Amino acid sequence: MIEAYLERASTYAGDIDILFSGVFWIVAVWFVAAEGVLFYFCFRYRKQEGVAAKYVTGEEKSYKKFISVPHYLILVFDIFIIAGAILVWYNIKQRLPENPDLTVGIISQQWAWTFIHPGADGELHTADDIKTIDELHLMENTTYLYELESLDVLHSFSVPVFRLKQDAIPGRKIVGWFTPTKTGEWDIQCTEICGIGHGLMPARVHIRSAYDHEQWLEENTPAEAGQALAAASNP
Amino acid sequence: MSHAHKMSFWEKYVFSTDHKMIGLQYMFTGIAMAIIGGFFVYVFRMQLAFPGISVPGYGEVTPLAYNSLVTNHGTIMIFWFAMPVLIAAFGNILIPLMIGCDDMVFPRINRLSYQIFLLSALVLVASFFVPNGGFGGAWTAYPPLSAEAAYNATPLGAPMWLIAVALEFVAFLLGGINFITTMMNARAKGMTMYKIPIVLWLIVIASILFMLSVGPLIAGAVMLLFDQLLGTHFYNPGGGGDPLLWQHLFWFFGHPEVYVVLLPAMGIVADIMAVFARKKLFGYRTILYSVFATGILSFVVWAHHQFIAGIDPRMANLFTVTTLLISIPIAELCFVYIATLYGGSITFNTPMLWAISFMVEFLIGGVTGIFLGASGADIYFHDTYFVVAHFHYTFVPIAIIGFYAGITYWFPKIFGKMLDDKLGRIHFWGTIIPFNFIFIPLFVLGTAGQHRRIFNYEYFQDLALAEFYNLRVIATVSLLVMIAFQFVFVYNFVKSLRKKEKAPKNPWNANTLEWTADSPPPHGNWPELPVVYRGPYEYSHPDRESDWWPQHEPGPDPADPDYQSPSQNPQTT
Amino acid sequence: MAFQVPIATSRSSTGIPTSRLAVWWVLASEIVIFGGLIMSYLMFRLHHESWSYEAAKTDPWAGGFNTFVLLTSSLFVVLAHHAAENNDTKKSFRYIWYTIGGGGVFMMVKIYEYSSKIMHDYTMFKSVFWSFYYTATGLHGFHVLCGMVIMAIIAQDVKKGKNLHRVEAIGIYWHFVDVIWIFLFPLLYIAK
Repeated sequence: MIEAYLERASTYAGDIDILFSGVFWIVAVWFVAAEGVLFYFCFRYRKQEGVAAKYVTGEEKSYKKFISVPHYLILVFDIFIIAGAILVWYNIKQRLPENPDLTVGIISQQWAWTFIHPGADGELHTADDIKTIDELHLMENTTYLYELESLDVLHSFSVPVFRLKQDAIPGRKIVGWFTPTKTGEWDIQCTEICGIGHGLMPARVHIRSAYDHEQWLEENTPAEAGQALAAASNP
Repeated sequence: MSHAHKMSFWEKYVFSTDHKMIGLQYMFTGIAMAIIGGFFVYVFRMQLAFPGISVPGYGEVTPLAYNSLVTNHGTIMIFWFAMPVLIAAFGNILIPLMIGCDDMVFPRINRLSYQIFLLSALVLVASFFVPNGGFGGAWTAYPPLSAEAAYNATPLGAPMWLIAVALEFVAFLLGGINFITTMMNARAKGMTMYKIPIVLWLIVIASILFMLSVGPLIAGAVMLLFDQLLGTHFYNPGGGGDPLLWQHLFWFFGHPEVYVVLLPAMGIVADIMAVFARKKLFGYRTILYSVFATGILSFVVWAHHQFIAGIDPRMANLFTVTTLLISIPIAELCFVYIATLYGGSITFNTPMLWAISFMVEFLIGGVTGIFLGASGADIYFHDTYFVVAHFHYTFVPIAIIGFYAGITYWFPKIFGKMLDDKLGRIHFWGTIIPFNFIFIPLFVLGTAGQHRRIFNYEYFQDLALAEFYNLRVIATVSLLVMIAFQFVFVYNFVKSLRKKEKAPKNPWNANTLEWTADSPPPHGNWPELPVVYRGPYEYSHPDRESDWWPQHEPGPDPADPDYQSPSQNPQTT
Repeated sequence: MAFQVPIATSRSSTGIPTSRLAVWWVLASEIVIFGGLIMSYLMFRLHHESWSYEAAKTDPWAGGFNTFVLLTSSLFVVLAHHAAENNDTKKSFRYIWYTIGGGGVFMMVKIYEYSSKIMHDYTMFKSVFWSFYYTATGLHGFHVLCGMVIMAIIAQDVKKGKNLHRVEAIGIYWHFVDVIWIFLFPLLYIAK
């Protein structure tokens, strides 16, 4: 259902959408049943001349089952939801991919995002890293690790099309992962209130095909770093 | 002479120790604060629907002001409206009247609790007028944003906000101790555990929940205040502290707090449903046990607010399980309430309409919580408008519907006049319909990925679409309609108060003790305190000619195992 | 203003006197306040090795002496309660003041401790450990001080033979203040 409003641009976006739809239908059945019974009772047992109300304490066995049976059914449905939620959670948050292709650095501060992309060498924290403000440039079908940091207060890195969200905490480096699956350009929002400019720190994620991403890398590699690399490859 | 008269005014209305007057003080202070909170929501919803306009009655909304408006809207509605009205006002008015005694056990502590509460409200309101305005770090006040003026830009607003909240906690601790002790010790003769009306049970259980959950946050607030004012580093990672500590302390309180306000509202609804369906509550003990279970579970679910806050991801699994388990007792409560209507003879007066709409709307709030408690789905939904819509579908039924249900039901007792039923219905439909039109669009916006607390969505290209813009306008216009209809209530309130005709002692033919006192009850409530013979919900008993059986009427108790039906044993008639 | 004690106050549906019941609920709310503080401290302590070195700088002898003083004053308050139950107002009055004296000695030692720590530059801002040290002992000291003031008021009543049941209530409170110290002392002074 979420996909009707928002595209899926990561490998696990579909998982969350399915989980949402699953929970939605389970919940919808219960909700409609409960509201249906409620409205039916309101209509059926409205005050009518000459009809007295029943005297039911609710402690009788014959009546109690109407509460206890749904009660156990809810427990069963809860188990399904818990299982689904934990499976999705485990995949997105609890494990890290074994062979990530690249790592990006994400640094949040009041009120901007700094993204550090690995340069042509594919390694982060080297001379050819590309730093951008409020723009994250990614390559399609590539598994990324992210290292999320904050310089001042709490922020939260959220990419709705990835269905990803993670708080940034000053003094800690939080590592997670995502794999973009679709080329395009979408919003990144800060989700944790971070002061006056909280609503003013929009960023964009740009996802390109491998070829276009190479182009972008070439165009944006800082000049000195490029020369140093060239010097290193041509002794 | 005039001096003496003046003294009596102060004694009667301001420094009264009478539980009903203190209850009314809480209620009107709460309503006054709700008007401020309501004004805030008007301002920022206007800004959201029509970004950048000069809001009539306020002016242009700056980002700093926007943050402060949303923060204080939340704070006020929970701490200065829901709690004082549902727990303190109804608790104060109802507890002594329904257990059949003349006052609270500690009337002067009761008065002190209100005075501290009033002081807290004044501190909060004053904080809006200091330089840079009130605190704007969300009602959750996560440090380091809340801890340092350099980050939050409100050097005075932030500590004042915190002091106000802390004072409010102290007021409710004092009030809570009074409530709990009064209900435990001051019950009328014959009012045993299972003969106490559900609404009192739930108010008292809410007070206990509050008392047991707020302690760590009080300690946390002291630490945060030291961080703000003295410059310690409890929550500052740069100085060796930990910002997540506050989140744990806050939500350890914050989640039970939801039940602290929910339970009194559910209690009010239970009493109203029984009276207007002329039915005994379906499973009095089932309700109590479900509430106990909810209360206990509510202490072990707090981290579901922090799934993506950087806690150990394994912990999220544990909290997903506990969170979903809490759906069981809450669902059971809803079933029991619906089952109470079964076989009834339902009159749809204003209070009953409010009570039924509570169930209808609260169910939406309840089921949408499941998406957020499921850790996997929460990764996406956390802090979106889905969350906003979800908790408004719980808090609006609790605070607004619960309040209107209670006030329309007990109005004749509290003020001694009847409310106009027709105006009441107009007000009811004029509130409920726009309410749904405010928050259903927000569910859609949240599902589409719109995040909270952002003052202008024009900066986000994916959210600046025309279809989303329309949804925001629908929400705002519905809000304006809803606010407009509240004036119907005010008119009805004033008009009914000025009516000459007095309300009867017991207009609804209800069983509970408060209806045996005069309307309004005098100081001391009864000339002679009542005695209780049976449970509060003996409606439509087959052995009775009338469809109610008041608690105070001497005679047998049908719940007694030795009870013999007169039809089986004709000699006893 | 004429204030009449309502009938409600004299009722006792549970069989427990209302004042005792209320004090237990006060303590329940206090326990979670200190509980939250102590839990926060423990979480930090377990995550930070360095705190044990800082804890070594506290003065266990002063803390130990204070433990002894508080325990002794608790004994006095028991005796005061006992005397109040036997309607021996004079004796009760005297023992209440001994208890207050114990609290006074405790506070004096506390002042000595604080000033000597501050003189050696272990202020509240030195590290989070010291922030906890001053916050926890300060909050506890505040409770001691409140207890002393309340006891002085109750002592005046007792002297006139009024409200003797309050001696028990303040006694329960004083024991609680004592128990909190029994938790704080090893956590802040001894555990290295």
